[in-house]
Amino acid sequence: MPNATPRFHGYGLGLRKDHYRDFLETAVPVDFVEVISENFMVDGGQPRHILRQVRERYPIALHGVSMSIGSADGLRLDYLQRLKALVDEIEPLFVSDHLSWSRIDHFNSHDLLPLPYTEEALDIVCANIAQAQDLLGRTMLFENPSSYLAFEGADMSEWEFLDILCRRTGCELLLDVNNVYVSARNHGLDADAYLAGLPAERVRQVHLAGHSQGRDMLIDTHDQPVSNAVWTLYAHALRRLGPVATMIERDDNIPSLEDLLDELARARIYGVVEKRKRLTVEV
Amino acid sequence: MLAELQRDFRDWLVAASDETASRLGHRAGLSIYQNNYRSQLVGCLEASLPLLRQYLGDTAFLQTAVHHIDRHPPHAWTLDAYVHNFDRTLIERFPDNPDVHELAWLETALARAFVGADATPLRADILADIDWESTRLNLVPTFAGRTINTNVDDIWTALSAEEAPPEAAMLDEPAGLIVWRKHHTCQLKRVDAVEWEALQHIRATGNFTTLCERLAKQLGDEAGIAIAGALLANWLANELIVAG
Repeated sequence: MPNATPRFHGYGLGLRKDHYRDFLETAVPVDFVEVISENFMVDGGQPRHILRQVRERYPIALHGVSMSIGSADGLRLDYLQRLKALVDEIEPLFVSDHLSWSRIDHFNSHDLLPLPYTEEALDIVCANIAQAQDLLGRTMLFENPSSYLAFEGADMSEWEFLDILCRRTGCELLLDVNNVYVSARNHGLDADAYLAGLPAERVRQVHLAGHSQGRDMLIDTHDQPVSNAVWTLYAHALRRLGPVATMIERDDNIPSLEDLLDELARARIYGVVEKRKRLTVEV
Repeated sequence: MLAELQRDFRDWLVAASDETASRLGHRAGLSIYQNNYRSQLVGCLEASLPLLRQYLGDTAFLQTAVHHIDRHPPHAWTLDAYVHNFDRTLIERFPDNPDVHELAWLETALARAFVGADATPLRADILADIDWESTRLNLVPTFAGRTINTNVDDIWTALSAEEAPPEAAMLDEPAGLIVWRKHHTCQLKRVDAVEWEALQHIRATGNFTTLCERLAKQLGDEAGIAIAGALLANWLANELIVAG
């Protein structure tokens, strides 16, 4: 098993094209930036050039969407090798992807599809994580997905699944608080029970994002500000996790950088409040 | 079995049959995943070919995209690759519109050049020291080219400047259209038949000496050598050549 990722407690934003210039020409008050790995897994040109420049100014977290860690027919070596080349060059804080699957045989859905939480799926995911971590030579973080269906015949809950795969593979977690909220609402689960069931010591990073109301369910759209309900759940999560790297994840309907920094400032306040509570308890 | 479930899910996304839906259950949730799948692929084609979309009009482009998605599920790990076989659908849907095929090729080639491998171009000032017998000249890795029969480059130029495109027209004779990246900026250029053949020769052989011989045979010694020299000077100035 690879070594645990060093703890890092900063606050960050996703790097999006609309804000490239801000990040390259001004000192944006963030502790790290997160980029979508696949956007930079290219041979060369401006994207890699920009990433190198950003890396000179800020620590970077690599967040992937295409590893398909839950594929029953294994991982794609060409994908892993491209990711490794990027990881070796950027030396990121974190390398993460999702607990989901996208590909089977020669079909790739380009979506984060749900897994059944069965013993068989657990064995497959653990084997895939072991292969990815071996090839990358480092510990990965996996993000809890938002989901719109739950398969019948599950052997365990999502949080139990995450807990066991952390213990078996040494991987760590990226806790998406919005995803917990969306899935809990969609499936009638208790979001606090979900948080209580996670191995807190394995959570290295937190995502905060917005969602939208669909016809029947909440949809994880990342095109809205973080909702009040998700902020409340974030406060609950901090009580369990303590200080943890946190970022605002916005992928669509991108607002001004100032608006995103305002949301990030709110996350910082929650962090400070939780830190003070802990100091008070210690005293 | 996980593999069977994933194949059922794939079949649902691609074909949305009632049979696979009943095996998977949860119709409302399945519909959300299918909507995500299809809208993402439409969005990918729209983002990859913004000028073609403008040229065809939103409705015709959307109909063509839906036709393509119904018949060609994605395979590659990167969504960017989904546009790469869209030309087949365009040929099928617009068999008599070479301007449409060529515009799609041009937009795709420019996008590929934008993220192609970096390379250090050969400088003109080292030509005097080159051993022409042994040196291989390579085109930069971002180079792409094709034969064109329409004024697609004029159409592209107008559309990218947000101007009304000219009427599509057939060229008097076929030409070459080449694309490459100079530092971080993509370039395109229509080249005449002589230059297009010369570039194809360099791409295939890397041999400038045989290019000179070929042009001399074709155009006469003096004119052939002069044109070969002018072409090379122009390619070097445009950062099209790397040393082998």
